[in-house]
Amino acid sequence: MLILLGVAVVVVGFAVGLNPLLVVVLAAFATGLLAGHSPVEVLAAFGKAFNANRFVSVVLVVYPLVGVLERAGLQAQARQVIARWRGLSVGPLLIAYLAFRQLTAALGLMSVAGQVQTIRPLVGPMAESAVEARLGPLDAGLRQAVLARAAATDTVGLFFGEDIFVAVGSILLMVGFLAESGISLDPLRLSAWAIPTAVAAFLIHGTRLALFDRALRRRAR
Amino acid sequence: MIGLAPVYGLAGLMFAAFAVLSARDRRNRKRWGNALFWGLLAVSFLAGDRLGDAGNGLLVVALAMIAGLGGLGRGEPATTSPEARRGLAARFGHRLFAPALVMPAVVAAGALGLKALTFGGRPLVDPKQATLIALAAGALLALGAALALLRQSPLAALQEGRRLADTVSWAALLPQALAALGAVFALAGVGEVIGRLVADWIPAESRLTAVAVYCLGMAGFTMLMGNAFAAFPVLTGGVGVPILVHRFGGDPAAVAAIGMLSGFCGTLMTPLAANFNLVPPALLELPDRYAVIKAQVPTALPLLVVNMGLMYAFAFP
Repeated sequence: MLILLGVAVVVVGFAVGLNPLLVVVLAAFATGLLAGHSPVEVLAAFGKAFNANRFVSVVLVVYPLVGVLERAGLQAQARQVIARWRGLSVGPLLIAYLAFRQLTAALGLMSVAGQVQTIRPLVGPMAESAVEARLGPLDAGLRQAVLARAAATDTVGLFFGEDIFVAVGSILLMVGFLAESGISLDPLRLSAWAIPTAVAAFLIHGTRLALFDRALRRRAR
Repeated sequence: MIGLAPVYGLAGLMFAAFAVLSARDRRNRKRWGNALFWGLLAVSFLAGDRLGDAGNGLLVVALAMIAGLGGLGRGEPATTSPEARRGLAARFGHRLFAPALVMPAVVAAGALGLKALTFGGRPLVDPKQATLIALAAGALLALGAALALLRQSPLAALQEGRRLADTVSWAALLPQALAALGAVFALAGVGEVIGRLVADWIPAESRLTAVAVYCLGMAGFTMLMGNAFAAFPVLTGGVGVPILVHRFGGDPAAVAAIGMLSGFCGTLMTPLAANFNLVPPALLELPDRYAVIKAQVPTALPLLVVNMGLMYAFAFP
């Protein structure tokens, strides 16, 4: 029971606005010590896991590419394309991106798009430009509302597309866990059961984007 | 066989360059903090396997101390102005999109085709790591194309990379640190404790309450742990298999798949899923750290209800 205080450290640390990286380290030590491990054991376990999970941070190698494309005007060009394409509104733009992200992820192409590769250099500026075409320059609040929806659309599309792909980590985890519980399953049946939720995610998030679009149109009048 | 070592080497060299460029950036008041932070990360990627477990632990603690005690400033290397960028966009036109498309093309080709390549009867790349290797190769090839097509220097690319890295700052490292925290939670048995609490205290008498407990538990536990993979064994072992499958005769494929997707609804709502929820606001320079989570909650909650409905209606033939 006491080890749950480690989870509480995370919740409280985030809530009071401590630096999240520091919160993670404090939570690791709180949890490990309360579970009866020595400080050195906790340090070693945490360090070992950090080293083993370096692959999580590999995506940072695209920063120089994205940065140099920005320097050469990619974001400005992305805005231009949308500005020239009059009548293209932010709702249909993000709904099309949602469909693209879900379909490519369902084919196992999770890394062809993403927050760093796609949202910051391309889709974000395109969405801003589509709104600017109607409303003029954006204030900070509206800019945040538009970009946060673009980022959310990428994640929703990824999550509710990837589980349709058979070889994704979550499907393999489910097959492995159920096998240990004495239930053997064809992974294809798990991915088939991901389709209804994927359709629902498209309908729900797409409707929200359409409503956002309609609210912006009303504001333009 | 090619594994992740060259990918880590590439990332390590990039972080080392960020460290050197940070140290030389006199306009950043905290340049030594930035240099130390990116330098330690370079050490981790270049030599992490030789530091020992406790050595790696000290390294993470040092990174967290630099970030937590306000040691990081924001380097702002000289870049092009918005007007200059509009001019460059007019000059280069659609040529600008070419490098941005090279990368997904290489990633797609690599993820699909790299696994099939063999050399002397053995796979050329580790099939489990094909996607990450393709991602790094794609970034490198696209960068080469960008430098050639858009007449940029390699140094400019590294400075621009540092500009982005300093924009995201410590948040860039949070996903990896949270993954390590998950390992400590597993070591301490946090999952079992919560699973026992759920099984002992929450009634799952009827099919409806059992479905609700499982789906809401997956979402809630995912929010506490930061990812659905940690929640799945606990809730499925405690509620999914014994109650939904064995007692009520549910189809294990439907129960497990929809349960996992209920967990994904939780991932959309928690700051602990940093790479999806906290890194993007930093990357897009949004004033509210939780802006993306707030944009996702109104999708996640109805979807969670839909999941419960789907499971209740279709998982019990």
